[in-house]
Amino acid sequence: MYPSRFAYEAPTSLAEAIAILDRNGGEAKILAGGQSLVPMLKLRFAAPGTLVDINNIPGLSDHWLDKDGTLHIGALVRHEDLEFSTIIADSHPTIAAAAELVADPIVRTRGTFVGSVCHADPQGDWAATMVASGGQIIAQGPNGRRAIDVREFVLGPFTNALAYNEIAVEAVIPAATGTAKGGYLKLERRVGDFATASVAVNLDMHGDTVHRAGCALAGVGGRTIDANDAINGALKGKALTPENVEAAADAVAAMAEPRSDHRGSADYKRHIVKTFVSRILTNIANSEQKAA
Amino acid sequence: MTSLYNEVAADPGADVPTRRVSISVNGEKRTVDVEPRLLLAHLLRQGLGLTGTHTGCDTTNCGACTVLFDGRPIKSCTMLAVQADGHEVETVEGLASASELHPIQEGFKECHGLQCGYCTPGMMMATKALLEKNPDPTEDEVRWALSGNLCRCTGYQNIVKSVLWAAEKMRGDEGEEA
Repeated sequence: MYPSRFAYEAPTSLAEAIAILDRNGGEAKILAGGQSLVPMLKLRFAAPGTLVDINNIPGLSDHWLDKDGTLHIGALVRHEDLEFSTIIADSHPTIAAAAELVADPIVRTRGTFVGSVCHADPQGDWAATMVASGGQIIAQGPNGRRAIDVREFVLGPFTNALAYNEIAVEAVIPAATGTAKGGYLKLERRVGDFATASVAVNLDMHGDTVHRAGCALAGVGGRTIDANDAINGALKGKALTPENVEAAADAVAAMAEPRSDHRGSADYKRHIVKTFVSRILTNIANSEQKAA
Repeated sequence: MTSLYNEVAADPGADVPTRRVSISVNGEKRTVDVEPRLLLAHLLRQGLGLTGTHTGCDTTNCGACTVLFDGRPIKSCTMLAVQADGHEVETVEGLASASELHPIQEGFKECHGLQCGYCTPGMMMATKALLEKNPDPTEDEVRWALSGNLCRCTGYQNIVKSVLWAAEKMRGDEGEEA
């Protein structure tokens, strides 16, 4: 298989890349890691007139923490950069937990965090971690930059809020006000398969009390499911007791919209969601006890 | 040399825009005119005649087309040849020297790490990337590093043994040199 014909541009600055997008009026597509786009080109699901390869633009390959702990992820940060990151384990445990579960180790050398969020696959791991963590995408266009809350960025399956002449240049994920806790669990039939169900949980703990809880689901609906209100309603201001964990897991599982398919029945998938929420929260509660 | 998909078609269109790229392949600089949609795997195989890189699933699953791109493993069916401009690519042909097998190849031979051999080039390149980063991997780490490469014959047991054999041999060789 090979893609249909396209014009190829490899700009060396963001301004140049944006100008190319602008000139092409919606017929151009950004190529970052290409681990979703190239297969789609080959399958002819996508046939853009122009491909704008941003891999030669400097300054997009880093991830860093601000003084207040806010995490920034540039548009060319590969999945494995986060998998082997030495700075995010404590500050952003949900992201750290998901990094080693994205696709397979070889795809992770090439695919990008920001590209994955832009791709907006309902089964995508990173969009789920972003929704659970209250992340934003920074879009840059001819008129400058704007920050878009991820919940307003992922509009539906394979649809994002970027204008045709904008590039997602960075993801920004806020820091916890207290202690960051979190986890990510994914059930897949084999490495690299689409998720049967995945759960991202992100907690901001003040001592033993949950100050803010975030949760999102992938693979159990036609979109990334925002379960922030469900988990926050069950846990905000409370401790991670077995009863509260159970209530949170039930509330989140009720948000899932699974469909029966070859990966399992709807009931099975909902059960997995409940089990994963409970498992992540229980692990956090147990690690808190050990620390105390 | 020009590399176009039309070359294999009955009607080679003359007006296909191409782009000149320079790629270091197994340490040798190759300058090629390619059409932008040409996949790296196809440039290596059809354009440069390096058929050691196999294309298996063609959908980014199986890893048979794994090559090293600036030292990191990538699936060459999922990268455009134009993207390799100015970069270093290493294929399975780069492993052996004129008369000697690379320890990874030796390991696959010693431990019967292949049956049909289709996945083997990809397995060996993924192994090379692993051992460069981690010269003394555990069995779990080997299985983890090769989890993006599918084998439908061996059941993986002997592949893992081969990698561990090669790791030991390569550590020994380095010890001798030191």
